[in-house]
Amino acid sequence: MTGRRVGGAPLALLAPAALGVAFLVGPLVALLAQAPWSTLPRRLVAAETLVPLWLSLQTATVATALCLLLGVPLAWTLARVEFPGRRLVRALVTVPLVLPPVVGGVALLLVFGRRGVVGQWLESLAGITIAFTPTAVVLAETFVALPFLVLAVEGALRAADPRFEEAAATLGANRWTAFRRVTLPLIAPGVAAGAALAWARALGEFGATITFAGSFPGRTLTMPLAVYLAMEQDLDAALTLSLVLLIVSLVILVALRGRWLGRA
Amino acid sequence: MTTVLDAQLRVDRPGFRLDLAFTLAAGEVVALLGPNGAGKTTALRALAGLCPLTDGRIILDGRAVDEPAAGRWVPPERRRVGVVFQDYLLFPHLTTLDNVAFGLRAAGGSARDARVEAAGWLDRMGLATLSASRPARLSGGQAQRVALARALAPAPRLLLLDEPMAALDVDVRARTRAELRRGLAEHPGATLLVTHDPLDALTLASRLLIVENGRLVQSGDAATVTARPRTEYVARLVGLNLYRGRAEGVTVRVAEGLALTVAAPVHGDAFVAISPSAVALYAERPSGSPRNCWPATVVEVRGHGDQLRAELTGPVSVAADLTPAAVAQLRLVPGLRVWVGVKAAETLAYPA
Repeated sequence: MTGRRVGGAPLALLAPAALGVAFLVGPLVALLAQAPWSTLPRRLVAAETLVPLWLSLQTATVATALCLLLGVPLAWTLARVEFPGRRLVRALVTVPLVLPPVVGGVALLLVFGRRGVVGQWLESLAGITIAFTPTAVVLAETFVALPFLVLAVEGALRAADPRFEEAAATLGANRWTAFRRVTLPLIAPGVAAGAALAWARALGEFGATITFAGSFPGRTLTMPLAVYLAMEQDLDAALTLSLVLLIVSLVILVALRGRWLGRA
Repeated sequence: MTTVLDAQLRVDRPGFRLDLAFTLAAGEVVALLGPNGAGKTTALRALAGLCPLTDGRIILDGRAVDEPAAGRWVPPERRRVGVVFQDYLLFPHLTTLDNVAFGLRAAGGSARDARVEAAGWLDRMGLATLSASRPARLSGGQAQRVALARALAPAPRLLLLDEPMAALDVDVRARTRAELRRGLAEHPGATLLVTHDPLDALTLASRLLIVENGRLVQSGDAATVTARPRTEYVARLVGLNLYRGRAEGVTVRVAEGLALTVAAPVHGDAFVAISPSAVALYAERPSGSPRNCWPATVVEVRGHGDQLRAELTGPVSVAADLTPAAVAQLRLVPGLRVWVGVKAAETLAYPA
């Protein structure tokens, strides 16, 4: 029966589908085929790889924490509180999803740069400079990753039965307690999935980072920037870095599928 | 008896208005009975604080918890109103014990004390062995008892039950009803049971409030309500034929061309209730004894316990309970014209 069903699928759909798979997988196969396997072990432990990798892992993790801190309350507000302009706020929150990251970087410079609205003030009052520092990397990554987390968590909140919160209220729990002890545990899988997506997005961030944070080795040179710069001098180094990013991404994907997406 | 609840509920929605006033005393179990869509759940949500009143007031223990005209509003978590929801809404991520301890902790108790007290509740409800189980592993009856324990643990003044039997299989309802009755006896405050099932209402409550289309149509103890229904809905629930008309002495005009002779005189607008078992059918117009009789057409004949029930139309519709022998003898089939006879002594007339 199964054979007949596959045989019945029209070629007009199957051919583009196969082409699509080849298009998505082909470059990855090429990356694996071209990787400098003989010098790989040495290259993997070289500072050129480890320093940007460590910076990327750190900044992506801090950015994800920041996303959770801001994004979960934001998602809750969008899902549970009726207020005028809610749809507008939701639309604005998702703008960074479609905005070219370079534009995001320019916008961040206008706010947090040395002459920016907030940056100027921070510099004169506290002597703090943000632009072109690791903090700028974190902010750039948070800017592009936050919408992913907000959308994932808001989706989980909308899917969760709000009557559990009503039940908590009739048991004497105020909204904060109900959120902490009932809502958050119920949407934990959605929050985790959103955090993983945000982390992956932060890890791959390029445009906003290079605009707002620059590419100073050891300070703001993250993995994607390192890949880009290496391409101009040493293709093998670029391939090594790309391979590492590919593996980290695959690990995330497998973990997501196994732990959360598979169940959803 | 102390009044726990004094409610004048008024909730306006597009195309619907709930307008209901009643009081509940401590220790009393009262059923809010009505068909689906009558506004029962809206009333429950208003009392719990999950839906604000449009007008009226809710006085709990002498304190106004919702009174729009006075700008009074107390949120659900500060009302001391417990709710057993229709599908129980046990928190799926918490154990049975932590579900019951939830309200005690929310009240500010330490986690340890709350657990000890919750364990006591589970013990009294016969659920001690299930304290570590997650709600997904409980049977319907067990889940209901956990929900009851959870609602009662924080000592609410008013307990609300929303269709407590609806989520249960029919074959476990009888036993669960008995357990629920025992459980409710643990509650010193007032209890309001919302249901569309007359059996729940009659077995669990001492007083009935019948609500239809958002309004109270009848209230009283079970005996009064079942003996003297005041609406079609109640009459159907308790299985009586009910007619409304103008009375003059022992004659009640219930339809164009049909006046019933009743046993006791009444005056003005009146109801006449007739049990289906008191309705006799004849092939020919009966003669002799002073009885009520009118021509009617058989609509349907179906099984009703060990009897058969015939539904007939005519100047009024009427249900008649017959023995299979009588049905066979009359050759009752839909469409057949027969005569309906009811003795005056078998009627009950009362003012509307």
